[in-house]
Amino acid sequence: MIKTEHLRYAYQSSKEDNIKFVLDDVNLSIRPGEFVAVLGHNGCGKSTLAKHFNGLLLPSGGTVYVSGMDTKLEENDWDIRKTVGMVFQNPDNQIVATVVEEDVAFAPENLGVPSPEIRRRVDAALKAVNMYDLRRHAPHLLSGGQKQRVAIAGVMAMEPKCIVFDEPTAMLDPKGRQEVIETIIKLKEEKKLTIVLITHYMEEAVRADRVIVMDKGKIMRDDSPKNIFSEVKFMKNMGLDVPQVTELCYALAKAGIPIRQDVLTVSECADELMKLL
Amino acid sequence: MLKDVTLGQYFPINSPLHRLDPRTKIVLLIFLIVAIFMANNIASYALLCLLTILIIGLSRVPARMYFQGLKPLWFVILFTALINVFLTPGTAIYICGRPTHMSWEGLILAGKMALRLVLLITASSALTYTTSPIILTDGIEKLLKPFSRFGLPTHELAMMMSIAIRFIPTLIEETDKIMKAQKARGANFDSGPILQRIRALAPMLIPLFISAFRRADELAVAMESRCYQGGDNRTRLNEIRFSHSDLVAALFFLVFFVAILMLRIFL
Repeated sequence: MIKTEHLRYAYQSSKEDNIKFVLDDVNLSIRPGEFVAVLGHNGCGKSTLAKHFNGLLLPSGGTVYVSGMDTKLEENDWDIRKTVGMVFQNPDNQIVATVVEEDVAFAPENLGVPSPEIRRRVDAALKAVNMYDLRRHAPHLLSGGQKQRVAIAGVMAMEPKCIVFDEPTAMLDPKGRQEVIETIIKLKEEKKLTIVLITHYMEEAVRADRVIVMDKGKIMRDDSPKNIFSEVKFMKNMGLDVPQVTELCYALAKAGIPIRQDVLTVSECADELMKLL
Repeated sequence: MLKDVTLGQYFPINSPLHRLDPRTKIVLLIFLIVAIFMANNIASYALLCLLTILIIGLSRVPARMYFQGLKPLWFVILFTALINVFLTPGTAIYICGRPTHMSWEGLILAGKMALRLVLLITASSALTYTTSPIILTDGIEKLLKPFSRFGLPTHELAMMMSIAIRFIPTLIEETDKIMKAQKARGANFDSGPILQRIRALAPMLIPLFISAFRRADELAVAMESRCYQGGDNRTRLNEIRFSHSDLVAALFFLVFFVAILMLRIFL
């Protein structure tokens, strides 16, 4: 689906001798239908990486392929953006229209899709994110979680194969965060979409098939959530957290209690504790 | 106060007026405005009032919405009326047998002017209440299309307009937030001499501008990710179409317009 080979990226700076790579030799391959979470503290290059996935940024070195298309070639631009949709942090700054359904129609309108087909796509996208009942509403009167779901529908209307989420829940309250995450998981399961989720909430990363940890523009770990979060010490060194239950088990094991350390969810943890009792 | 802005407010229901082609509505509104300014006798005013009531009825938007649209303008209407009553020379009005500064001519003129303003605002509100901003700007874009041959960027103008309308509520909310934040830190916006008050606005305007630029930047990236590539080859969710009802409306208006013209010439 998405493949990067020796991807490097440096922001243009006036001082030639002092080039700092925001992305440094990133080799990555994301398979169709996969749900990948990208973790890393601020400034580690994860948003920059995301912007390479649909050609918003072009590599300074190396190559990015999306469904086999090189992002550097200009003639691929629109096909790539149609294949990989992107949802950003602030829902307010992604919504262009004053009526929900007209906003969702924006992308297919840009693609020159005929009107009846736009109508079909808009309805399908709004149903997929469970916002169909509010299709005639004004976006600014919706809650944060609802707005973000409208933004997701706006991307869905392009009928992409992959959606990249760049911290979609960072500006939302816990309820909105829950809504958005459930929507993402539903899309992955029902529409078989490839999902790349950039986040700093560990509870969200736990639900992915695969977790990538980045630091200083490099990929530090690329593994299943179970393997990654059981390395509590490594995660702390990266300036990242682990889910609370994982940390609890880690602390218990450290204190000499024999308990599994790859525990990720509350129910799993409860089961393990019951076994001990 | 900031929340009372009704500009571009759309009332999402289904009515005969909602279904009209935005181009028809815009052109007819222009004709109606011309007709309002041409009217000069009781008969033509009565005709205009009838038509406006008909428009309100056809829009199926509750009449109180139209009153609400007038609310911010009551002061202007009243003020022009008062000026007219007092400053128009003519036969003085006698109250208790004594002449006052008011004149009969002024009173009539004031009534006419007030009626004109009310009709103007009501008619324009009927357009914004029944046409969503995107469809409205679509209509404007289509109407201006002939000028694009002379280099007028019609699509870009329409896009700018619809984005501006979209961000009005967002920026109002933001202004409110910044004002509260600055007040919490001791800023004073509502007292002191006028110059000081103007200066006090700087700590509010600067953050507002910076955030607006940041929003614009993010919006541009988001639009690009959704394959926005200018106006060429774009299609529409609701393609605007000139239908039978548009023709009926246009013919009806033509008759009406001629009637007003006749009344002006022959009465």
